[in-house]
Amino acid sequence: MLVLYVLLAFMIVAALVAIETRDLLSSLISLGAVGFALTVVFLLLQAPDLAIVQIVVEILTLVIMIAVIFRTTRIDTTVKDRSLREIVLLCVGLVVLLVFLGGLGTLIFRGLPSFGEPPLRVSEYYLREGLQETGASDLVASIILDYRGYDTLGEAMVLFTAVMGVLAVLRTIGRKKS
Amino acid sequence: MKVRGRKEKMKTKEERVKEEKRGMTLIVRTVTRLMAGLIVLYSIYIILHGHLTPGGGFAGGVIFTAAFVLITLAYGKEEAFARMRESFFHFLESLGGIIFLVTALLGFIAGYFFLNLLPKGKPLALPSAGIIPVCNIGIGIKVGAGLFMVFLALVIIGFADENKGEDKK
Repeated sequence: MLVLYVLLAFMIVAALVAIETRDLLSSLISLGAVGFALTVVFLLLQAPDLAIVQIVVEILTLVIMIAVIFRTTRIDTTVKDRSLREIVLLCVGLVVLLVFLGGLGTLIFRGLPSFGEPPLRVSEYYLREGLQETGASDLVASIILDYRGYDTLGEAMVLFTAVMGVLAVLRTIGRKKS
Repeated sequence: MKVRGRKEKMKTKEERVKEEKRGMTLIVRTVTRLMAGLIVLYSIYIILHGHLTPGGGFAGGVIFTAAFVLITLAYGKEEAFARMRESFFHFLESLGGIIFLVTALLGFIAGYFFLNLLPKGKPLALPSAGIIPVCNIGIGIKVGAGLFMVFLALVIIGFADENKGEDKK
């Protein structure tokens, strides 16, 4: 479990670096570090399905964004140096957050179910009966394509609509010349 | 000096565009030629074994896209487009969607939407689990073609626009 928390802390630090860096290429590399750390987190939590999808989608988006950066600009001009006032305000905000988490937070989070024990009991049914009812030894496949097939159909339609939207906005054929 | 410097800059930009049309170096091309087939094979394995091992239609489709993205980046868009046409990917995306939807609608023959009506078969055998492999194949085709078209639209079509603008000037 210690490895998991180290990875989560690493992801937070890398995400902060990605936001604050002025060089967009370094920012992208930090973003990639977040994604690959997330892949390892999925593997540690025993979700290889998610890990496969995450690593491939991460590579694809990185390739596309690096291509865009080589075509446009590498320096982000919207990031400014922080003034002393902003730093003080940030520190005050952090202290307030810590006090909140330490005092009020413990009261609230005590009611939540502990890690790895979801309150919904339907997953136990899937684990027990999934193989007999669907015949698929990969229970993730049996859930997303049999028990929850309707959801997957909606997701596929969302992807279809997204592709159509991108092609409609970026197409070159049939566009009026301005 | 200033004018000269600007000219040099223009030249390098033109050279860059030319290089992008031609693709990457010999090393990258050779490795791509060796690897692309294996990546496609791996994606087919992931899709077909979606109901037995981790992975499935979505993951396999994205890996399939990654192989074509690799070819497009390594060989440049002209040589890559000589082998594959965009309308073919439109066709594939629609085909995948229709396979998935028809499989779902076939459930109405015996009862309700998404009913698993095909024979279940032996667990852990490749032809098992009823409609799940069919749905995986449909989703794989659809996701692969769709994401590759998004890649083309974002990376290639934008470049074509830019080049046209430069020609006009």
